[in-house]
Order: sequence, then structure tokens, then C-alpha cells
Amino acid sequence: MASPPLFHTERLGHRFASGTEALLDVRLGVDRGEFLALLGPSGCGKSTLLRLLAGLDRPSAGAVHWDGGAPPRPGEIGFVFQEPTLMPWATVADNVWLPLRLRGLSRAEAGPRVAAVLEQVGLEGFADAYPRQLSGGMKMRVSIARALVTRPRVLLLDEPFAALDELTRFRLNDDLLSLWRAEGMTILFVTHSVFEAVFLAQRVAIMSPRPGRIAASLPIALPEPRAGRLRTTAEFGAACATVSDALAATMAEDGAVAP
Amino acid sequence: MSRSAPDAAPGAPARARENGRLRRLLAPVGLGFLFLGAWEWAVRAFAIPPYLLPAPSLIAQTLGSDGASLLASLGITLLITAAALGAAVLLGGLLALLMAQSRTLEAALFPYAVVLQVTPLVAIAPLIIIWTDNIALSLVICAWIVAFFPIVANTTLGLNSAARELHDLFRLNGATRWQTLRLLRVPAALPYFLAGLRISGGLALIGAVVAEFVAGTGGTSSGLASRILEAGYRLQIPRMFAALLLLSAAGLAIFWALSALSRQLLRHWHESALDPER
Repeated sequence: MASPPLFHTERLGHRFASGTEALLDVRLGVDRGEFLALLGPSGCGKSTLLRLLAGLDRPSAGAVHWDGGAPPRPGEIGFVFQEPTLMPWATVADNVWLPLRLRGLSRAEAGPRVAAVLEQVGLEGFADAYPRQLSGGMKMRVSIARALVTRPRVLLLDEPFAALDELTRFRLNDDLLSLWRAEGMTILFVTHSVFEAVFLAQRVAIMSPRPGRIAASLPIALPEPRAGRLRTTAEFGAACATVSDALAATMAEDGAVAP
Repeated sequence: MSRSAPDAAPGAPARARENGRLRRLLAPVGLGFLFLGAWEWAVRAFAIPPYLLPAPSLIAQTLGSDGASLLASLGITLLITAAALGAAVLLGGLLALLMAQSRTLEAALFPYAVVLQVTPLVAIAPLIIIWTDNIALSLVICAWIVAFFPIVANTTLGLNSAARELHDLFRLNGATRWQTLRLLRVPAALPYFLAGLRISGGLALIGAVVAEFVAGTGGTSSGLASRILEAGYRLQIPRMFAALLLLSAAGLAIFWALSALSRQLLRHWHESALDPER
């Protein structure tokens, strides 16, 4: 791509207080509007990398360089956690309102935007429900709506669908792709599922553990727009095989036992 | 608040819930009557004199004749209890909020809250009574000391109980300290605070009674504890039982009212306030 990347990391490293080297020398550039999947086994530092990018933790080495110099302001990064992490005492609408509320928008001012984003994730009619009344997939939709409500430039998702059943996950994958196409934001999606990474992403960055680093970066050239039927095609199978082999190679290099 | 379609309860479970509620009410009442009946029978059958153990019927009779004076005393005890509980909520809540501001502050203050809790009330009540000229005020302070700690301890725990990810979310969105406190930590602490409040309600009553025993107030402006002491000295055992009965009833009522408050405030979201059938 001709334009400079939205951000790139320079020899990014992170060491936990316990002394464990979580990330070492991570070099990763992400283009504007790209859908990138970070793929790797559990404990390879994917979540840590995401937290550093979001500015939730400070790197112990290296830096993240954003295009234009300044790091994103609050609300320019949307974050979706592994768990829906909704506030149980607040309704769906109030949970989604939260990021705007923290910016000083009243419920009335935020109302139209909250309603619009709830419709985008397919939750119109559930604005007044409480989280406990929702299924796991619906809670995750609320969590995504909450991340989208500020119109972030970058959406970071940390294994958001790992705890969901397969059918729900497929539907959420399809819907996430539609949202990405409609909104044109940049997405970083952490997963340990090869199939999910290949289905969603334009590029898959494979991470290796102990210490975590980017071992390979594979473009996924599948026909766009992608939809559910793609999962049963031969090209999809071939792409998954390529990524699986690359993942296996990294893990073998590492001496780690394959999952 | 409009209920969403997927949770509309059909008729049969609603009826089952109604039955459950009735059972929860009738079972203890039934057991109580059984117990009173056995008591009444035993007193008559073994001809136990009323200065050892008065029959329930005699206690009820005494309650009828002495009710007005006992109720006035109960009113004073309840006033002291309410003042102490109010002070415990206010000061306990403030201390918990203060301690939630930094771990250092919490580490510095918490041991002193514990000291207040573990010092036996009867040991320090005389001091407090000497230090304050106003007897009612000294009783309130004594009752406050016992009611204070559960609120502080529970609220402090609750203020630190919000999920780490929610704290991250607040940080990502540039929340101020005040916003995080008001919109995240305080709501997360509410169930803990209410659990503490239920404990403190009973303790405040006990504190008010114990302090009055120590103070040994007399005259018309005295609470139920003095009535119990008086009755004991004069061997008016049925009157003593009547006062005890009022005291227990007041304790139950306080607990019930605070439980109802807790259920009302948490009804939308907290597991403790949801119907068990759900």
C-alpha cells in the first residue's frame, strides 16, 4: 500500500513484574482499514500485545508509532475483551452509552447513536434488557456495540468469541465482517483458531510463544466479500492448510508441543 | 421498564413462585405456634411458677396491660438504633470511600477500624458515658461503634470488586477518577454495602441495648434495656419477657426491612435478589 501504515511497532518488548519475558522484539505494521488476525497458542503474548497497542500497559522496550505522531485519543480505540464484561447493574442501552457518557454526553444526546449501533449489531428491541437476561452471544454483541459507539479508528478484539458455541461464533464472524465493510475501520483480531483467522482476516500474523514475537505474516487472498458459504470451499481449506502448516512450523521451531 | 419478550414468565411458574412465597411465610409462623403451644402446655402441666417461666398467655396479657409504657421505651431504643445506624452508614461509607482512594490509605486506616470492632463494647461504654454529658448521645456512640465495622469492611471490599476489564474500559475511554468511582466502583459495591447494612442493623440494636445496660439509665426517657433490668430487680418476670419479646420483634423487623430494601435496590441485576426458580 502506498499510504504509510496506521501504526507500526518498533522492537516492542514487554516483561512482566514477575520477570517473565512476554514479548520480545515485536515488529508489526498495520495498514489503515486492514483486518489483521493475530494467531497463536495460549500464552504467546497476543493479549499483552493488544494491551500495549491500546495503551493499557506500557512496553518495557521499544514503542508503538502511530501515523501522524500522536497516539489515539480516548474513544479512537475500541476494545472487546474475552468476556463481554458488561456492567450487570446497567441496561443494554446504558452499557453501550458508557463510553459516550464518560465524554460528557447525556443519555438523550447519546440516544440516537446508541440506538443506531444496537441496530447494527442486531439488538434493536433489547435496549432495556439487563445483561443477565441475554445469551452469551447477545452479551458479546452488546460488548461490540459498546466498542463501536465512539466510531473508533481501530477495533481491538481479544479472543472475543472463544467461549461461544460454534454456530453463534459463525454468525458473529459473519456480522463482524459486515460491520468492518460498512465502517471501514482497522481491526486487530486475536484468536487461537486457524479457521476463524483465515475466514476473517486479510492477513494473519502468527505469533510464537516464550517470548512472544511475530513469527510469520501471511496474506489471505480469498474472494471478497466473504460470507458463510466460503467456509465449505476448497480455497478456504487450502488457505487454512497453509496457515496451519506455518503455525505448526513455528511451534516446532520453538520445541513446543503442538496443541 | 419494559420487560423483553424472551423472559416473559408463563402462568404455571408464576403460581409455583406464589406457593413458594406462601411457604416461606407460613413455615416459620407455624413452627412458632407449635413452640408456643408446647410452652403453654408445659407451664400448666408442671405448674411452673410465673417468676421462673411465665406462660405465653401471661406474657401476652402483660403485653396488653404494660404495652403503652414498654412501647414508649421501645421507641427510645429504636431511635438510638436508627441514629447509630445512620451514623454508621454515613461515616462507614465515607471511610470506605476514603480507603478506596489508595492502598496506602487503606493499609493505614483499616487496622484502626478493626481495633474499634474487636474492643468489647462493655469495656469502653463506661468511658464513653463519662466523656459525654449527654446520655442519649453516649448510647448512640456505643451502638455506632458496633454497627460501624460491617459497613466499612463490606463496602471497602465492594469498592474493589469491579472486574479488571471494566477498569481497563474506563481507562481506555479517558474516565476521570470521579467517574470511575461513581459509575463503576460504587455500583459494584452496592450489594456488599447492603449485606453489611443488614448485619449492622441488628448490631446497632444490640449495641443500643448493651450500652443502656451499662449506663443504667432511669426515669421516663429510658429504653427497653432499663425496663428489662427494672423488671428483673422487681421479679416481674412476665414483664421482662414482654420486653424481650418486643426487642426480638424489633430486631426481626429491622432485618426484614433492610432485606426488603436490599432486594428492591438489586432486583434487576444481582443474583441474591432474583427468584430462585429463574
